[in-house]
Parts: sequence; C-alpha cells; structure tokens
Amino acid sequence: MPNSAALVPEVQYATIEQQGEVAQLGMWVFLVNETLFFGALIFTYFVYRTTYPHAFAVAGKDAVLWCGTLNSAILLTSSLTMVLAINAGAQDARRAMVVWILATIGLGCAFLGVKGLEYYLDFQDQVVPVVDYFAKPGEGQAGELFWVFYWIATSLHAIHLMTGIGLLVYMLWRIRRGEITSAYYAPLEVVGIFWSFVDTVWIFLYPCIYLVGRS
Amino acid sequence: MTVTTVDRDALPNPMDEPSFLTSENTIASWLFTRDHKRIALLFFASITFFFFVGGLAATLMRLNLATPKGLLQPAVYNRMFTMHGIIMVWFFLIPSIPATFGNFFVPLMIGARDLAFPRVNLASWYVFNLSGLMVLYALIMGGADTGWTFYTPLSTIYANGYVLAAALAVFVNGFSSIMTSLNFVVTIHRLRAPGMTWMRLPLFVWGIYAVSVVMLLATPVLTMDTFLLGFSRFTGIGLFDPRHGGDPLLWQHMFWFYSHPAVYIMILPGMGVVSEIIPCFARRPIFGYTGMTMALMSIAILSFFVWAHHMFVAGISIYSGVVFSLMTFFVAVPSAIKVFNWTVSLHKGKITFDAPMLYALGFVLLFTLGGLSGLMLATLAIDVDVHGTYFVVAHFHYIMVGATVSAFFGALHYWWPKMTGRMYPEMWARFAAILTYVGFNLTFFPQFILGYLGMPRRSYTYPEVWQTWNVLSSAGASILAVAYTLPLVYLGWSLFWGKKAPINPWRATGLEWIAASPPPKHNFPRTPIVTQAPYRYDPEADTFVSQEGTPYAE
Amino acid sequence: MYNWIPFWPDTAAVSGHAVNGLFVAELCLSAVIMLTVVAMMLYYVFRYRKGSDATRAGRVQKTWHFEIGWTTATLGMFLILFVYGAEMYVWLFQAPRGDEEVYVVGKQWMWKVEHPGGQREIDAMHIPVDKTIRVVMASEDVIHSFFVPAFRLKHDVVPGTYETIWFKAHKPGIYRLECTQYCGLQHATMQGKVVVMTGPDYAHWLTTQGVHESMAEQGEKLFRAHGCSGCHGANSTVHAPSLNGVFGTYVHLQDGSVRLADEAYLRDCILNPRSFTVAGYPPIMPDFSGQISEGDLMKIVAYIQSLSGKQETRR
Repeated sequence: MPNSAALVPEVQYATIEQQGEVAQLGMWVFLVNETLFFGALIFTYFVYRTTYPHAFAVAGKDAVLWCGTLNSAILLTSSLTMVLAINAGAQDARRAMVVWILATIGLGCAFLGVKGLEYYLDFQDQVVPVVDYFAKPGEGQAGELFWVFYWIATSLHAIHLMTGIGLLVYMLWRIRRGEITSAYYAPLEVVGIFWSFVDTVWIFLYPCIYLVGRS
Repeated sequence: MTVTTVDRDALPNPMDEPSFLTSENTIASWLFTRDHKRIALLFFASITFFFFVGGLAATLMRLNLATPKGLLQPAVYNRMFTMHGIIMVWFFLIPSIPATFGNFFVPLMIGARDLAFPRVNLASWYVFNLSGLMVLYALIMGGADTGWTFYTPLSTIYANGYVLAAALAVFVNGFSSIMTSLNFVVTIHRLRAPGMTWMRLPLFVWGIYAVSVVMLLATPVLTMDTFLLGFSRFTGIGLFDPRHGGDPLLWQHMFWFYSHPAVYIMILPGMGVVSEIIPCFARRPIFGYTGMTMALMSIAILSFFVWAHHMFVAGISIYSGVVFSLMTFFVAVPSAIKVFNWTVSLHKGKITFDAPMLYALGFVLLFTLGGLSGLMLATLAIDVDVHGTYFVVAHFHYIMVGATVSAFFGALHYWWPKMTGRMYPEMWARFAAILTYVGFNLTFFPQFILGYLGMPRRSYTYPEVWQTWNVLSSAGASILAVAYTLPLVYLGWSLFWGKKAPINPWRATGLEWIAASPPPKHNFPRTPIVTQAPYRYDPEADTFVSQEGTPYAE
Repeated sequence: MYNWIPFWPDTAAVSGHAVNGLFVAELCLSAVIMLTVVAMMLYYVFRYRKGSDATRAGRVQKTWHFEIGWTTATLGMFLILFVYGAEMYVWLFQAPRGDEEVYVVGKQWMWKVEHPGGQREIDAMHIPVDKTIRVVMASEDVIHSFFVPAFRLKHDVVPGTYETIWFKAHKPGIYRLECTQYCGLQHATMQGKVVVMTGPDYAHWLTTQGVHESMAEQGEKLFRAHGCSGCHGANSTVHAPSLNGVFGTYVHLQDGSVRLADEAYLRDCILNPRSFTVAGYPPIMPDFSGQISEGDLMKIVAYIQSLSGKQETRR
C-alpha cells in the first residue's frame, strides 16, 4: 500500500487532522470513564480504611516497599520515554521514535518483572486472601480486606499496563508500514495519553498500598 | 509528502446510489459492517429478542400472580422476577433507543456520514451479544434469584442460583454501553455539519448526548461493582459480609450510585424522541427549546446526587435521608418543566393523530403519572410506608414501560419509513397504540393500590384478600402482550407489502429527512450546511423550513 | 378519618395517622396536577386539531416568563412537600426511650420476637395499646425489612448491626406484619401478626407464657459464661471500663470520636472491640465475633442495659 493512501481520512472526517484530533478526544473521554472505574475501587478501599484504620496499618506493613518504590521510578521514567517518542514522531525522527518506544516497552516489562517478583514475595509472606492467607496479630478480619484491595488493584493495573505494551507493539508495526509520520502521528499520541493514565493510576495506588501506616 | 483531502462532493449521487439496505447483500457485509445504520438494525434485532425473553418472564409472573396459589414453584418465580429485571434493564431498556435510533439517526441529524468510531460501534454490538449469551446461559441454567439489585449478603453468600453468571453478564454488558456512549459524545462534539451549532441540535440529539454523558460516568462504577460482587461470591471474601468486617450497605451505595443514573439513562432518550414527534405532528416549534436542553442536561447531572433515595429505610442516617430527599425533589423539577413544555407545545398547532403522535401523547401522560408517584416516593415519610411494596413497582413501570417503551414504539413508527423505505399500515398502528395504553394502565394502576394496601414486592404469593387487584393487573398484562406483539406483525408485513415511503412522509424539518428513504451508505450527497434552528414549522402559513434552509409548503 | 376512601387500609398507630395526612395531601395534589395536564392536553388536542378553524396566529414567542413561572411554582411546591415529609421522617425514625422494649431477630424466613421478661414468640408480636414500644432488630443472615402496613412503618433489618424503631398503637386488633426486603426463597411467606392488646390483657398474656427468667437475667448468665465479668466485673483487676449505668451515656473512644452507648454500640464493642476501644483503656478485649448468636447478644445487651449506677465523668 502506498504511503499516501494511509493519509486519507475515513469517510466521516473532512481532513486527516480532524481524524487525529477526534481520536485523541476519544481517548480522553475513555479515560474519564476509566477514572471512575478505578475511582470506585479506591473509594471502597477508603471506606474500609477509615472504618478499620488500625487493621489496615498492621496489614500494610507487609507490603514490599522497595518493589513499589522501584516500580514507581520505572513507570515515571517510562512516561518520559513515551513523551520523547511522541516528540520524535512530531519531528519525523523515525529511528529515535522507535528507540524511545522500545525503551518504554522495556520499562513497562521491567515494571511487570518487579511486580512478578513482588507477587512471589507476597506468596511467601502468606498475604494472598482465599488462597494462602495468614492474618498477622492485631489485624482482625479487616486486614484481609486490605490485601483483597491490593491484589485486585495491582492486577487490574497490570492488565492495563499490558494493554499499553500491546498498543506500543502495534505502534511499532504501524511505524514499520510507514503509517506514523510527522504528518500524522495521532495514533502515537493516543497511546501516549493512555500510557500516562496507567502511570497516573499507579501514582494513586502507591500511597494507598505502600504508605499506609508508615507515617 | 502531501496530505490529501477527499472531495466529499465527489461522492456518487445518492439518487443513483443503492440504499444501505441493499447495497451489499452478503452476511459478511452485515456482520462486518461499519455503517452506523446497519449496526443500528443489528442492535434492533438483538434488543427485540431480549424484549420478548424479558416479556416471557413477565407473562409467567403475571400468570402466577393471578391466584394466591399460583402456577410456578417459589424458586422458579423468584428466578423469573430476577431475570425479568436484569434482562429488561440491561438487555432492552438501556440500549433500546440509543443503540438503535441513536446509532441510526445521530449522524443523519447532525449532517455527518457516520459516527466518529465505526469499528468501536460494531465492537459494541459484539460485546452486547457476548453479554447476551452469558445472561441466556444464566437464565437457561436456572437463573439467579436475588432480584436485579443483587443485595448482599444474600447474593454473595446465601443465594443458590446462578448469581455469578448473571453478575458477569452485566459486567460485560457495561462495556457495550461505554463504547456506544463514548462514540456519541465524541461524534456530537466534533462531527456536526457546518452551521449545526449546539443550540440548533434537534432535541433527540441532545437527549442522546445527555444519556451518553450519564452512561460514561455511571457505567464504570457498575463495572467495578459487579466485578467486586462476582469476586466476593466466587472467593467468599467478606467485602460485603458483616461476619468478616464487610458492610452490606456499602454494596447498596455503590450499586445505586450507578443504578439511579441508570434509570435516567432509560428515560432521557425517550424524552428526546417525544420532543421530535410532538413538534412534527402539531406542526409548530417546541415550546421553550433552550429550557428543554437545559432540563435534559440538569436531569443528567442531578441524577448523580440522589442515589440514596433507594435507601431511606435501609439504615442510613436520617440526616442523609433528608439530604437525598431534597436532591430528589430538585431533580424532579426539570422533568416537570419538560411535561409543561410538551403540553403547551400543542397550543395553536395543527394536530394530527398518527401513531407516532399517539405514542408521544401517551408518553407525556404516563410519564406525568409515574413522576407524580415518584414525588410521593421522594417524600421521606411516605416512602417509609410504601418502599418495598407494589407501589414502587407501579411507579417504575409507569416510567420505564409506560413512558420509555411508548417512546420506543413512537420512534419506531416515526422513523420506520426512513429506515426501511416503507410505510406501515396506519390504522393497525393506531389501534396498537391505543391498546397499549389501555392494557398498560389496567396492568399497573392496580399495583399502586396493592402497594398502599401493603403487598410486598418480589412475592410469589399473597393473602387472598388482595386477589381482585392482582387479577385486574394480570388481565391488563395479557392485553399489553397483544399490543406489543401486534407491531411485530404489521411492521414485518410492511417490509414486503407496505407502500413505498417518500423521502419526507411526515413533512419534518430534521436533516435526516433530506436523505433518501432508506438512506444510501454515506447518508448525504454533500455535507449539508445548516442555517436554521430545528422545528421551524408554521401552522398559520402551513409551511415548514428544513434545517438546511429549504422552505416547503405542506 | 380517611376510612371513607374506598379500599383504604386500616390505621392503628399514631405514625399511621401522620402518614395518612401527608399521603392524602400528596394524592390530592397529584390528582390536581394530573387533571390539569390531562385537561390541557385534551383541550389543545381538540381545539387545535388539524381540521379546526381556531386561529393559529399570535403564538407565544417569548417563553421565558412562563417557564420561570412554572419552574418557581413547582420548586416551591416541592420544597413544601419535602419539609413536611422530612420533618415527619425524622420524628418517625428517632426512637425515644419508650415505655416498653421488644427485641426482634429476623432470619430466613421467620420473625423471632422476645420480650424483656423473657417471653418469646415466632411470627407474632404482642404489644400493649397506647404505649410507646421501642423495637430493637437484628438479622441472623440476610437483609430483611420489618413492615406493619397498619402502622405505615417499616425499617430494614440489616445483619451486622442493630436497627431501632418505635411505634405507639392506639387501636387493639391484629395487624399484618410483612417482610419487604427480598430475602430468599420464602420471602413471600415471611409474614406475621402484630397483636395489640389492652393493658390488662397484655399483662395477663405476659404471665401466661410459661417463662421464668427475664432477658436481663439470661443475659447475666451469658455475661459470666463468656467471661465478660472477668474484666468488667466489680472485683476485676483488669483495667476495663465499668458497665454500670453506661447505657445511654456518651462514650469517648480511642480514635477521638464520641458515640452514644445504645444497643448498637454495645453490640459493636462485643464483636469488634479493636475498632471501638474506649479512650484511656488498653486494647485488650477479646473479639467475640462468630461466637455469640444474635439472640444471645440481645440478652447480654439487655443485661448491660439493666445495670444502674453512675458513670465516672471523663474530661
């Protein structure tokens, strides 16, 4: 397929610029939705945290702080590499764009790796509700609710992160086909917006999980 | 590298173009279509199927309730009312108008060639069907028996039915809603034809916009709710179980935070439809267009602040109750404004009584009665008495069935000529409309009385002294069943033998009426330029001006 | 007073009369509004039907005045209904001290009722007429709802906590009791009766139930059996709050909050002591969750309620 054919907008759009802008608006609107999704979960967490502050503080002590903090650094850096990739796209620096995208994918995978290690450590600590849970003294029953939140929130976040990685791989494929150029790099921006959201969710999850009871 | 802009005017002339219905005839061309009109018809098939499944459940319920002794085993009855609620709410009412008429007509009414994200639109239909298969699985395997509200700890610990399957079906269904509403919001913001300003949008488009905003903000909470519910049921975790530190009221708050806006999701599009039909068949502009748009948006926003009016007797603090009652009265005000505006939109018009108009007028009356009973429920001390009784059942059926289903049928008849290119038989349609109205009132008005007498809802039996009212209600239901099946017959007939429809049979002003009946694949030969406000009907001079500025004599 | 209205249900309590008044007022208002809308619609639809020769000239162009007018009127009317209803609701749900207390445990699918004197009933509640009855309700399993149509009163019965309502019947008779929160298979048959008796009849009924021990007495036995007296008893060496006269006072908790020591508070302390530790005391009370049934909990609470004495004032 010749490159210029990829720049014809779909039939409902007047120009390719409009198509790109509308795609980005679509992603922002979707993120409002996602905010409410994660927001409902975080709300539940706070309801139980304020009802059982002591139990949550005790339970939270078993969260692996170094994993969480390292992951925060990894994810924040990946947001930087993502923006650098988009910048490169805007300047038609194709090689740089690919490099930064690969860096973002790499950092995303690193996050997942550290998370996997953390899950392994969690199993060893016996903080897996239903499967293998041992309540620490002073926790009562509500401590298990902390860990329910932990596993649900981090798994959902990881699924979103994996989706982001998948989308980035798809971007690499489209770049290879010459469909992402400085004339039209909106798809990359859309993925970048999503990636930033995944990062932002983590910024909210981090204090909920790792900083409870540590003040 | 240059960017090409396609010359929209260079598309083939629609008078030569085949209609969207016949342009491609393979099954694949339907199942992999990106055309919003075809997707609308695909949704139409799906929701009609579920309407009859939910209706079958209702029929069995009303047959059972004709006598205290009943017909069904208690467990079967309990599963019937649960599945009736789940299927009617999520698999019929919520998608009904938006996914069918919204999909078909929003692009046409704003002068666009399609929605912003056609593939997302198609994906929405597939996800809907996936969730439909899941709910059918739950139903066929025996059904859930918790009520559509899934109150805990009954649903997480004590219920014996297929709760997890039903909850997961609802979970998946949410994604379909989200995709559809996202498409509408972005489309209405960005794909309006030149000259189509916000305050020139037809009220149906405003209605779809309002409902899409609510869906986008409310549905993700439901997604998380059903996920947590399913998780609790599957693992036994005490998220909502008091024996493990959980709070049963937390489930109720989270559930109603979505489900109250959900009921507005079910009525807002119907309000939009009625605002299209009344000006057309009264041949005059709607009374108070700006007020109507503001009413739609205020209802959408205020709907998020009233959820705990479902919980006045649930154990919330009495001061919370007071606050939510006040907010509920606030949200009732814009609805009242709409009723007044619709009624006065008949003043000095030139009114005809075609089937769409009969359905629209029926909507206004049934919505008013349902809304007045809603005021009673908003009044705290009265709700203490009638909560959990048939009074509430009557209230919500007046709105969801009396109003929304009437609007759905009104839209169906109004837009039938445009969608199919055929006219339906008018006399049969009027008969069905009137029969619906009679059957509906006979079914549900006695339920107000039953509720005040104290009959609890979700009961497979009742004390004999209440039998007369139940019999009346069941008799009405049988009439209603006929009235809802009739359109299937004569509309189906019209597809093959109905008169061919002209381009604008109702002489209406919207942009959808300048496209052919049925429209070609890309809707318009050239993008219309809009110069007029909607509803520029003049009953005095017997003329009207379409939104792109062409004046017509009647 | 409203018995002339066809099919009007029986009213047997003061709450019922209050709600009747409000309901009839709203019914009349609704009828007026509905008739107005119907009349206007019928009038317009007839007068301005297509064939009629009524003039269509002079249609209102400026609609704002009307809209603001009826919006304001609507809002004003709604606020009146709101205030009327809210006031009554607060009155309906603020349980006073009461002349008599009755304890109810809802379970799938029956109502278990117990009187302070130890009399027990299933699916029935005998009460004296013209006395303020305070009902403390618990659920053993799922959410139920205690509804007496003749009293126009209901409240959900929620597992994990106590809900309290009150009523004052003024007419002897037998009245239907329903469950109005779907609670499973036999929800529809979870019915009972509230039997309102005259004072002497009720006193006689109490004595004929074959009971020897009051709830408080049974509660005292449980108090010892579960080891509560070990810490809370008079001769205990453990630093635990005294329970004499605690019922009805305000308690300052460890986290700074203040709670009224009612039935629900006492139940919370027994089942979740760590979250309700009294300020100034060590968090050492054992957790009894899952060990005491709802019925037994009520007996213990009744016992603590019966303890008299003055609480030492704190701060």
